[in-house]
Amino acid sequence: MSQQAGSKKFSPGRIFIYLFLSLASLLSLFPFYWMFVMATRPSAAYNSIPPTITPGNLLVDNFQKVLGAIDFFRAMGNTVILCISVTLVVLIISSLAGYAFAKFKFPGKNGLFIAILLTMVIPPQLGLIPQYYLIAEAGLLDTLQGVAVLFFLNPLGIFLMRQYVSNSVPDELIEAAKLDGCSNFRIYRSIALPIILPAFATLGIIVFTAVWGEFLWQFTILRDPEMYTIQVALATLSNTFNIDFGMIMSGVFWATVPLIIIFLLFNRLFISSITEGAVK
Amino acid sequence: MASAKISSNKKSMSEEKKDMISGYLYIAPFFIIFAVIGLYPALFSMFLAFQKWNGLAPMEFVGLHNFKIVLMDPLFWKSLYNTIIIALMGTAPQLVIGIILAFLLNLSFLRFRNFFRVTIFMPYITSMVAVALIFSVLFSNHESSLANYTLGLFGFDPVNWGASEWGTKIAISVMVFWRWVGYNTIIYLAGIQSISNDLYEAATIDGANKFQQLIHITMPLLKPFIILTVFFSTVGSLQLFAEPTVFLGASAFTRDEAMTVVMYLYRDAFKLQSFGTASATAVILLVIIILFSAINTLATSGFGRKKKGA
Repeated sequence: MSQQAGSKKFSPGRIFIYLFLSLASLLSLFPFYWMFVMATRPSAAYNSIPPTITPGNLLVDNFQKVLGAIDFFRAMGNTVILCISVTLVVLIISSLAGYAFAKFKFPGKNGLFIAILLTMVIPPQLGLIPQYYLIAEAGLLDTLQGVAVLFFLNPLGIFLMRQYVSNSVPDELIEAAKLDGCSNFRIYRSIALPIILPAFATLGIIVFTAVWGEFLWQFTILRDPEMYTIQVALATLSNTFNIDFGMIMSGVFWATVPLIIIFLLFNRLFISSITEGAVK
Repeated sequence: MASAKISSNKKSMSEEKKDMISGYLYIAPFFIIFAVIGLYPALFSMFLAFQKWNGLAPMEFVGLHNFKIVLMDPLFWKSLYNTIIIALMGTAPQLVIGIILAFLLNLSFLRFRNFFRVTIFMPYITSMVAVALIFSVLFSNHESSLANYTLGLFGFDPVNWGASEWGTKIAISVMVFWRWVGYNTIIYLAGIQSISNDLYEAATIDGANKFQQLIHITMPLLKPFIILTVFFSTVGSLQLFAEPTVFLGASAFTRDEAMTVVMYLYRDAFKLQSFGTASATAVILLVIIILFSAINTLATSGFGRKKKGA
């Protein structure tokens, strides 16, 4: 068997498979590389024939132009604050509800859980206009709170947490704590929370990346450039008719680099969180 | 546990009550936020769909008039057509390529498995805005843009990517494809890894080659995962907004080659202050999404069933 596998090592089929996968990897990575090339070149470089495919030396110059066009660091700061606070709130809401659905008995439990799953079907655009007016009435236009509120709704988070709590927090442990006189909240906080921390990482990544990349709601609520998140700020870079490609790509490059670094550091966690989020 | 209950019936009764109260308290935050920011706006949109309103003047009940306006508007149908075409071109190929990639990534002899996995998944971590901007450079109208230059190498004429009927649709479909194909591949890979290896070994002993294994073992057993991705892709692509809006930049809302249904809705609401027709569009979008995801989900599960029978 192993001999057979050894003799097959350089079969045309295998070479084709490696070629196919290499091509797929190349096509996946190329736009990132191209973004870097354009970020280091003058805008005119994109007019040259044949196209420029090697980096130039304007990385810093182009970024200075970005800083002149948008408040880059402020937008990044706004995005980070938004993403972290939304993630924390969603983790608390989801773990509380997930714990309740997994471990408490109360009338209407199944019906309420199904209701939560059904809310996933409502397209976010359906309520867009009333949501805009609610936020406006509450005086939260152009604030990060106004953007954040909408992301607090995360039915998938409750679903994941319920799965995780039922599988990993033993009933016996809860019973024992109760006999010792622990209150329900104390059991949740001191016993369940440490056990479900790995699920926090999974759900945290899902929520963080989803909020980071969302556009429609951020674009609707944020009109004041001071309050722009990075997505809205980047979108304004191409909003003029006189487009500076070097500058745009520099903005995109510096907005993407932090994510690439985080991804490369935690790629296993990223990939497993996506499969857990989608598959369960 | 049962004996404990009998011996201290009173205590366990109060404990049951405590659990009940805790249960409701723990799920309350979600439902309170949902009521205020999810359910109420959704219902209000349905109410607003029957009103004429510009955001300032009092609302005026107009019955089905808004629906009539939207459904008689050629631009609405154009936006629906655009959305469906881009959805088909951007997501259908993902299914095929994603399954093939996942199958290859799972082959036992494969080296550099993790490298391929990471690179193929990487586009997913960029935001849709970033993708749209990167591709607006790759697919710029200029003769020397990389897309046009490449076409030129094969003897094709340059395409006006940002302004032609098919140019815009193809460019946006490519963005959607590029960003999501790795994501779907990873989901399929998770599905494939849940298939027992014994099946493949038995098939190998019976003389089935890799292609036959893909068609007769992987595909049928992957069905639940395929249904899932078809469902998500359908819902997601019907909500397309960021890619065309950012790709077309300043002229996004004034041209119709790549106007999607959500862009049409946004334009009615926030550019034309016609909240009644925008809400009617939102309700129509809800119906379309339910309809399409039901059709696609049924079609996908039907496809597998037929296959098994044959």
